Amino acid sequence: MSSGLYNVSKNDFDKTLDLRALRAYGDTMNDGKVQLSLTLPVKNDEKGAEAARVLARKMGISDPSVAHRQALDSEFTFYVVYGSCLHSVDYTAIRVQEVETETMEMEQVNEYIRRNIGRKVVVLGASTGTDAHTVGIDAIMNRKGFAGHYGLERYEMIEAYNLGSQVSNEEFVKKARELSADVLLVSQTVTQKDVHIQNLTELVELLEAEGLRSRVVLCCGGARISHELAKELGYDAGFGAGKYADDVATFAVTEMVARGMGKN
Amino acid sequence: MMQGKLSLDPRLIEQARASARFVADDVQSYIDLHTTVAVERAVCRLLGIDSVNENDVPLPNVVVDSLLDRQCLGQGAAYYIGNAAAETGMCPQEIACAVARGELELTRLPQHGAEEIQQALRAPVQAALERIAGRRRRREQFIARHGGEKEGPWLYLIVATGNIYEDIVQARAAARQGADVIAVIRTTGQSLLDYVPYGATTEGFGGTYATQENFRLMRAALDEVGEQEGRYIRLCNYCSGLCMPEIAAMGALEGLDVMLNDALYGILFRDINMKRTIVDQYFSRVINGFAGVVINTGEDNYLTTADAVSEAHTVLASQFLNEQLALKAGLPEEQMGLGHAFEISPDIKNGFLFELAQAQMAREIFPRAPLKYMPPTKFMTGNIFRGHVQDALFNITTILTGQKIHLLGMMTEAIHTPFMSDRALSIENAQYIFTTMADLGSELEFKKDGIICTRAAEVLRKAADLLRGMEDLGLFQTLEKGVFADIKRPQDGGKGLSGVLPKLPGYINPLIDAMKGGAGA
Repeated sequence: MSSGLYNVSKNDFDKTLDLRALRAYGDTMNDGKVQLSLTLPVKNDEKGAEAARVLARKMGISDPSVAHRQALDSEFTFYVVYGSCLHSVDYTAIRVQEVETETMEMEQVNEYIRRNIGRKVVVLGASTGTDAHTVGIDAIMNRKGFAGHYGLERYEMIEAYNLGSQVSNEEFVKKARELSADVLLVSQTVTQKDVHIQNLTELVELLEAEGLRSRVVLCCGGARISHELAKELGYDAGFGAGKYADDVATFAVTEMVARGMGKN
Repeated sequence: MMQGKLSLDPRLIEQARASARFVADDVQSYIDLHTTVAVERAVCRLLGIDSVNENDVPLPNVVVDSLLDRQCLGQGAAYYIGNAAAETGMCPQEIACAVARGELELTRLPQHGAEEIQQALRAPVQAALERIAGRRRRREQFIARHGGEKEGPWLYLIVATGNIYEDIVQARAAARQGADVIAVIRTTGQSLLDYVPYGATTEGFGGTYATQENFRLMRAALDEVGEQEGRYIRLCNYCSGLCMPEIAAMGALEGLDVMLNDALYGILFRDINMKRTIVDQYFSRVINGFAGVVINTGEDNYLTTADAVSEAHTVLASQFLNEQLALKAGLPEEQMGLGHAFEISPDIKNGFLFELAQAQMAREIFPRAPLKYMPPTKFMTGNIFRGHVQDALFNITTILTGQKIHLLGMMTEAIHTPFMSDRALSIENAQYIFTTMADLGSELEFKKDGIICTRAAEVLRKAADLLRGMEDLGLFQTLEKGVFADIKRPQDGGKGLSGVLPKLPGYINPLIDAMKGGAGA
């Protein structure tokens, strides 16, 4: 890299934090530093490196520097690029939807159900569509749970059914009706070319067509799912990375009570 | 037995192996009395039946379904094809075409004697055996011509674009970067199809259809790049699901080298009926054994649902079972890529020591098996930088303990199917560690009664106990109880049970007799 450790040129930007013009942070406030890696389908030479820099500039990165380039094949090259992103965002103007319930622990959830619902809550979960991964739904449902958070199968007041992976939406809805499920959990772990969006939308449409949508709490989860995306697709909540069984359980039971799905 | 580093109790190993043998013998008595639609379709394929009818139904399905409809399949497809050949003088492919056109009714032909039927089958059986043996010879000669078999771990990489032609681009790049084995992931859901699609395919989700033409295209591409790189690149696919023996047949015919082929995986993870899978796995392994294909077993998958610390003994117990079931099918130890995985939570104190114990233990208990070792997946978070470190630890375990089939971990695991650059970085990581630590394993001994030896002894003891308990229960009841992967499966539940049939008197499968135990050299 051309600049760096021994660079004494003056940095003539304002170094005070301004939340209305938030910039990326490398090692100095407002330096805008970002790192980026990409592959271009061209051979590894100076021309390719320049192409990577031009592309980075088009992304709003000033002074892009190709720190590393390496051939992946005769006509494919990998680049690691550093630079300063010119863009800033007004942080104060951002509104994000988050699941706003204080998470209860397993025993608190059980107690909440006993007091407010008075019967076991039926939770049905699956990894639907073509997704073969069960990691996500297992982390939430399996008795052992994940990272020290017990799964829903361990909750005394929850009757949990995990249908596993590659469950069709039709099959899922059929099972929901059969079991009179209160809560439906859909997991989408790794999907190709955004099929998960299409698949999640299809489930909502199917539930509406079957007249079941209003009778269930509907949640989706997965590495690429945010609460905001979930709401947009017609779900009650979405759970991304770092969310566990207790987060899901807390939301589901409080939502049931809020919607009057409590005691029959 | 060789003196290992873990001071494992050889009597306990022998006891566990004897228990597994007992369980396998018990299962074999069921297998010997049954066949399945998939076994019979594989017989059709090996006799030379290929292609589809005007509705895209594969001809092996057309023939087998016609026999099934008339309740005659228990006699074996070979019997009726041999009989038709004796009667009409047509070859199996011509017979299948005639059946598809509705011009030939296999069960209504005059019946020929056993001798005559065998005579009529001799040429197609011989042709299949020769073609498969030829493929095997070709592989062996290619390797010999290019300096012999690679020492150290084989780098195993996955391609999964859904389009066989795009897969070839990715596979070629991966091979140039250093991959030794290329696995073409199958499209999701293929394991539950009760037929094998036909022809080259360009549409799949999360993977590419396993078809005979796709096998051929990829094998040809790898041969080409292998010649350029001066080393043989192995091709791997998935011999699992409802078409297990058919995929084995197709792979053998097209010169595949490695096949995922577990005796229990489909039962546990795809909810395929256990009787169906058990019968299917037998014939598929007979074929793989003959073709010189290295099978990979799927114990690593247990740890994606069950805990890698508390359930480690189920992995070992399952390895013993897979070994014994494979031996029953005549598959030699040198072709048993018994599976396990680096899946202990990074938060556990000394977790890496437990991983070393498990890997070293598998190495010592199955000394001739080319063990398959799977990278971390469950605790990969999307933090690619930490993920790269986790993969580095996994690479260290392999080189210290002599794992053979090393499935490269991707730092972008749990985010997307790998970018071309993910693969390159992963190979670089592994090659760096394999070079810089090449002989570290032989320099190290483990402290007697230390954490690693104690852990291995405990896992072995629990596995031996589990297998002893299975002697009374048998395999089917054990699976009903949810011992493996925490998953319970009923004996008569799951998919594909209707395709399991008792063999009728006079059943023949000339390929089992010809292939079993006889290496196709």
